[in-house]
Amino acid sequence: MGDIPGILPAVTIAIPLLASVLILITGRYENLRESVTIVAAVAMLGTVLAMLPSVLQGNRITLLIIPMVPGGDFALKVDAFGMVFALTGAVLWLLNSLYAIGYMRGLKEHAQTRFFFCMAVAIAAAIGIAFSANLLTLFVFYEILTIITYPLVVHIETPEAMRAGRKYLAYLLVGGIFLLAAVILTYLLTGTTAFVPGGFLEGTGSPVVLQILFLLFMVGFVKAAWMPLHAWLPAAMIAPTPVSAFLHAVAVVTAGVFGIVRIAGWVYGMDLMAALGLGTLLAVIASFTIIVASLFALTEDNLKRRLAYSTVSQLSYILLGVSMLSIAGMTGAMAHIPIHAFLKITLFFVAGAIIVSAGKESISDMKGLFQKMPVTVLMFSAAGIGICGLPPLAGIISKIYLAIGAVEGGVPILLIVIIVSAVLNASYFFPIIYTMIVEKPEKEDALHDVSEPPLTMLVPIILTATISLLIFFFPTMPFLDLIGIAVAEITGGMIP
Amino acid sequence: MSIMEQLPVLLIIGPIIAALIILAAGWHDRRLCYPVMLLSITGQFIASLVLLLQVIQDGTIRYYLGGWAPPLGIELVIDSFSGFILSTIMLLALLAIVYARRSVEAEVPAEKIVSFYVLVQLLIIGLVGMTITGDVFNLYVFLEISSIATYTLIAGTRSPRSYVAGFNYLIMGSIAAGFILLGIGYLYVATGTLNMAEIAMLLPASYELSTVHAAFLFLMIGFSIKAAFFPLHLWLPDAYTESPSAVTVIISTVMAKVSVYAMIRILFTIFTTAYIIESFPVTEFILLIATIAIVAGAILAIAQNDLKRMLAYSSISQIGYIMFAVGVANQIALEGGLLHILGHAMMKGCLFMVAGLIIYRMGTSNMLELRGVAGTMPISCAAFALAGASMIGIPPTIGFMSKYYLVLGAFEAGYWLYAAVLLIGSLLAAGYIWRFIEIAYFGDHHHKGDQTTTPEGPISMIAPMVCLALLCLILGIFVEMPMEIIGPAAMILLGGI
Repeated sequence: MGDIPGILPAVTIAIPLLASVLILITGRYENLRESVTIVAAVAMLGTVLAMLPSVLQGNRITLLIIPMVPGGDFALKVDAFGMVFALTGAVLWLLNSLYAIGYMRGLKEHAQTRFFFCMAVAIAAAIGIAFSANLLTLFVFYEILTIITYPLVVHIETPEAMRAGRKYLAYLLVGGIFLLAAVILTYLLTGTTAFVPGGFLEGTGSPVVLQILFLLFMVGFVKAAWMPLHAWLPAAMIAPTPVSAFLHAVAVVTAGVFGIVRIAGWVYGMDLMAALGLGTLLAVIASFTIIVASLFALTEDNLKRRLAYSTVSQLSYILLGVSMLSIAGMTGAMAHIPIHAFLKITLFFVAGAIIVSAGKESISDMKGLFQKMPVTVLMFSAAGIGICGLPPLAGIISKIYLAIGAVEGGVPILLIVIIVSAVLNASYFFPIIYTMIVEKPEKEDALHDVSEPPLTMLVPIILTATISLLIFFFPTMPFLDLIGIAVAEITGGMIP
Repeated sequence: MSIMEQLPVLLIIGPIIAALIILAAGWHDRRLCYPVMLLSITGQFIASLVLLLQVIQDGTIRYYLGGWAPPLGIELVIDSFSGFILSTIMLLALLAIVYARRSVEAEVPAEKIVSFYVLVQLLIIGLVGMTITGDVFNLYVFLEISSIATYTLIAGTRSPRSYVAGFNYLIMGSIAAGFILLGIGYLYVATGTLNMAEIAMLLPASYELSTVHAAFLFLMIGFSIKAAFFPLHLWLPDAYTESPSAVTVIISTVMAKVSVYAMIRILFTIFTTAYIIESFPVTEFILLIATIAIVAGAILAIAQNDLKRMLAYSSISQIGYIMFAVGVANQIALEGGLLHILGHAMMKGCLFMVAGLIIYRMGTSNMLELRGVAGTMPISCAAFALAGASMIGIPPTIGFMSKYYLVLGAFEAGYWLYAAVLLIGSLLAAGYIWRFIEIAYFGDHHHKGDQTTTPEGPISMIAPMVCLALLCLILGIFVEMPMEIIGPAAMILLGGI
């Protein structure tokens, strides 16, 4: 166990980057271009899986790419927590690529080469964030992710989309500036920005400075979409559904919460967080976001936007777990990253399938959809139930940990937040399911020519739902094992 | 005496002879002047690299003109600072000359092409001279050579507006030259010498004299006009916008950088940090003005509809970044400032090349008429996006690296507020860069320009542009390379070594 040098982290990031170039070159030949995406996705999943056994043994794979500036080399380090994000990203990029091919062709979208190019660079940046060895490297990939997702958000290029795109950029670039300031301040305080399990800020600055620094980090990681800095996420729903599904339910938002967990566990350390009262701050932000975003979700009739608010709310579960500053809380927080990713991407996949097959985006138009798209609607129902935290889907696992953390930490109010939110989740998901399955369309022939989506879309939907189910039955392999290692790292405990 | 030892002076004499040959060759046959020009610039570029390597290996090179040691003779000094600037400007000059050929054919009347190249060569001689001279009066002479060439070059197109722009710059430039000459005169009064190193040595004795203060202020005002340091930038937008594209590239990169270089030289080498921080504390004032320049220049840039004019205002903002480093005046910030001289030369050179190519292909630089231009000119717009990302400071481009050093330096010096404004100001760059990107790529996908297969421009214009765009990225990732020379250069300025 320990740090071992290896080239695989860089290869993992290089594969999608190389693919992005090939996508541009082969842009005229659609099938060839799509094969590039698929081959790259498979290859990248392969390299991630190749690193998995070593990481599961408690090793960290390190690679110095190039010295950069004082404050941080351009360096990668694959640890258990990074692996959780990378594995989630790699699996979902493959499934999302299949889905995206069906979606983009189904809607005959324009500028598909640009779309697949940006997707490939975006996953490279997301994996880069997962594998960053220090704050500066993380910042580099974080900014690349911001820029490269912009063309995806404004894909349809209507004035409305351009407005949404400006909002998206404004939030994320301003956030980036705060993050940069936080990174530089960290370097000035400590002379380093390299992540250390258990943190390295202890005793370097006065409490006030460290508290301000944490606020800078929080605003910097605006990609976590905590309220009131969440408005960019619903705006980004103007993007094609594969973008909303993969980037704005998984890669981009996870980058935000991933950053906050990294800061808590590897920059501050839980003891320092507790001493500074930052857990309480985080708990307030998270609880507020969880409840209010759920209320917003209740009022949205546009399915994708309702899902976006659900994402805002669910992301704060992760922050809530961090705020507990306990082993159970951290475990729940980290576990919620992959679990929410698989569940939420299923929901978005279904939303996109409904757009392609039925052309409907409003929930009120989806009455009786079950008769025509039974499999799709079933998958939606399953994932929705999973998000609410009901067995037998994965959602309950992280919620149990969070609940234990709340009780252990002696903050019963957090338990109340979790319960209230579960009720709210149910009250915005069950009406959708009810509308789709039980209600009858207003006009008999309203769903006349609607059918299940093409297989390239249906198969990923079934697979993501199945994986969510599998995580429930086999939670340890690999996610909870990885998370166990990561939590042991930052708490200084024994690796299980 | 080997030729290597004579290299510093050959860097100036060679091109003077080349300028005469261009004139003679062009008189014989107009087509001959371009190859001579290219050859001479290439030679200068190689010589500058050789000198840079020599400086890295053996330290500062001092060359006495005609063997006369100062204070009698004129001295040429190539240390890591001037060596760095020299190779930066020669790289840009070379790429600009490669770019110029087709661009000039399209924009400059045929009968003027010969004199055009002669003047470009004179301009570069002047700028090289300003960079390597160790004598303040000599600096003034080279400044005048380059200025006179510039006045004419700006007025080089067929459009009458370029005459006005050239004349405007003539007036402003002459006022600046007057200030500079007066400043040099006062320095001579105070110290009795014109050699920079000797002035620096003798000056501390008379730091409290009002003659010295006057000299300082005159020089500062003069060079602030030349470098277009806010609020003395008024000549710049017209000059950049109305001159031929190739000239814009040269003056926005090579000339602007040399003016800043001269100002930094005077601040740090002649007056030294002891004067500008302690005796006549001016750095915080410079910092304030620089911060205002960053914000004001960017806001003015956002308001422009003409691509070249937008980039011109952006230059005013970017000069602010370099002066910001001067204002902070510590090692890390100065490293950032010097890196930004290199970085801004490359990105602004690239962006003006894109603008020139767009004018060449589309016949306009009015952004409102360029909707969907990325469909017609994919390479140019990609280059714009890359150099633009560097301008905003998106990692890992070189623009980010210099911004990082600047903020780090400012934080270290305790200038929290200024650093915050710098960070926010850098976002304003996103405002104007993104405006063009939106217009070029998005917003109206029914009308994507004419999706023709004809090439978007001559290869001699595309290649240097792509080269600069890639350099923005490559030198950002491999930022250690330029830092190896920039580190010692900043140390020299702060009085180390």
